[in-house]
Amino acid sequence: MKQNRFWSFLFLAIGVLYFLLPLIGTFEFSLKMRRGVYSLDAYEAVIFDPRFQATFGYSVMMALATIVVGVLLVVPTAYWVRLKLPSWRPVLEFVTLLPLVIPPIVIVFGYIRLYNTSSWLPLTGTAMGTNILLMFGYVVLSLPYMYRAIDTGLRAIDVGTLTEAAQSLGAGWITIMWRVILPNVFVAVLSGAFLTFAIVIGEFVLAALLNRPAFGPYLQLIGANRAYEPAALAVIAFAITWGCMALIQVVSRFAPRPPAQPH
Amino acid sequence: MSDPFLSIRQVRKAFGPTVVVQEFNLDVKQGEFVSFLGPSGCGKTTMLRIVAGFEEPSAGTVNIGGKDVTALKPNQRNIGMVFQAYALFPNMTVAGNIGFGLKVAGKPATEIRSRVGEMLDLIKLQDFGNRYPYQLSGGQQQRVALARAMAPRPQVLLLDEPLSALDAKVRVSLREEIRAIQKELGITTVFVTHDQEEALSMSDRIVVMYNGCAEQVGTPFEIYNRPATRFVAGFVGTLNVIEGTITDPTAGTVSIAGGAVSVGNRVAGRKAGEAVSLALRPEAIALGRREGRDGLVKGTIREVSFLGSVIRVRVAVGEALLSLDTFNNPASPPPVAGETAEISFSSSDMLILDR
Ligand SMILES: Nc1ncnc2c1ncn2[C@@H]1O[C@H](COP(=O)(O)OP(=O)(O)O)[C@@H](O)[C@H]1O
Ligand SMILES: [Mg+2]
Repeated sequence: MKQNRFWSFLFLAIGVLYFLLPLIGTFEFSLKMRRGVYSLDAYEAVIFDPRFQATFGYSVMMALATIVVGVLLVVPTAYWVRLKLPSWRPVLEFVTLLPLVIPPIVIVFGYIRLYNTSSWLPLTGTAMGTNILLMFGYVVLSLPYMYRAIDTGLRAIDVGTLTEAAQSLGAGWITIMWRVILPNVFVAVLSGAFLTFAIVIGEFVLAALLNRPAFGPYLQLIGANRAYEPAALAVIAFAITWGCMALIQVVSRFAPRPPAQPH
Repeated sequence: MSDPFLSIRQVRKAFGPTVVVQEFNLDVKQGEFVSFLGPSGCGKTTMLRIVAGFEEPSAGTVNIGGKDVTALKPNQRNIGMVFQAYALFPNMTVAGNIGFGLKVAGKPATEIRSRVGEMLDLIKLQDFGNRYPYQLSGGQQQRVALARAMAPRPQVLLLDEPLSALDAKVRVSLREEIRAIQKELGITTVFVTHDQEEALSMSDRIVVMYNGCAEQVGTPFEIYNRPATRFVAGFVGTLNVIEGTITDPTAGTVSIAGGAVSVGNRVAGRKAGEAVSLALRPEAIALGRREGRDGLVKGTIREVSFLGSVIRVRVAVGEALLSLDTFNNPASPPPVAGETAEISFSSSDMLILDR
């Protein structure tokens, strides 16, 4: 037993070092902009850079739009498949996994071919059209996470019987979705939303190839041209991601608890 | 008879090639409590779901309050439904659950509040309005589910094995409570159960179902004492079956192991020498001779179970093993296995099982 525990601790320690050392190194480096002392100069330079503000703001807006569209797409779909087409669930699982398997670069070239200015739907012809295209691209990229989060949420409640209970009380589909299903998977929706947020904020390939002023390409630009600022940006990006994860933990405390089931 | 309030006509339901309900006809009067009783898989839930609108019948019609509702969706039928699994909305308080139907119907908040209060009084959970379902016991959850179903004043209340998930004590007290509430509100009710005791104790009438058919419709008294088919006789209550041979159809005599009995005109029209199955409830058989009992056979006591106030005795008569119940008598010791005994019964209590 003792032996066992020693080895587990050792491997845990190696894992933690492997993960933390680069972070600590980056953080330490990001504080060294001013010669000889630790300072937040690099952070100041980054945060007051108007391009940072513009690109970060753009990506936040894109993330919010992606979340709204993703939730509106995935919640009814996952609900309907669970309720009426359970045999289709494996198909849906497979489809929602595809974005993990197909590289974003393939997706974006596909988009550019399909929606270029000489196509039947020339989305890339205008900035707004490209924004919409990018947003849908993000919906696709976040699909594996969004779908799984929401499907897990739906599994925790008895979708079929709750739906029938609501119907027998006179509720139509919109009322059922809005008052019964959504509140009960709300925490799952939020965790899907935070994951989506984290993905969209750091995404590079789609935004760069569609040539939109997003935060990802800005990170890359700064990284290629500066020394200390990229380190500060990396730490900020990490902090955002971790903040999202922490928020998932916090909100899951407020989940409506399913009552004890019979049997 | 006044017009039926709920009327089920020639309903048939098949899932693909499997026929689950067939030839189902039933009229339920306003305020009546009717149970569907039958073994698991006989189509009770399916029939109830057809009334609720969750399943579409393959043929036939359902009328509620004189209106054909067969084509209506569940949310247009004004029915209340209680499920075995309670199915309370986990995100809403008890009050929120009870008020849900009224809210959906767009009732003003003050009306909802007073109706919710009334319903909480009715289910005796006055102080539980602000609790969440996970803070309630199974019995309490089911009472809330009942209140939720009744709050919008539905035309018909449908319950699908609402007590099956509860433990025995709660089950008995809640069934009395449900019946009392049903009578107080006078709501037309269909109650599905596989538990004969539940059906017998609660219902105005029982529909005994078997293989998707209504085998018999009648009061608990009729179902128990005058079962129409062999299945009903065997499914409801304990039954002793005695195989006999008709000796004289006009006189109504049947020979059985250990003696002969007379069943009056109930075998008239059948042939001498034909086999016939006779049946008796345990409480219709007595140990020893009794005044006014015309059936008398000899047998051997095989088993004596002392159950307290009742002693159940099994007596072998020919091939058959008959169960009978006698009351415990502190002044005389119970019978002993191995003794020979005479048993007596009234031939008019005897059931003839033809099919
Ligand atoms: N949706 C369905 N598809 C196919 N068969 C079904 C379906 N629902 C019920 N059945 C079948 O119909 C029969 C009756 O079911 P049910 O009405 O639930 O019986 P009960 O409630 O009396 O136990 C069962 O054999 C069941 O397998
Ligand atoms: Mg059932």
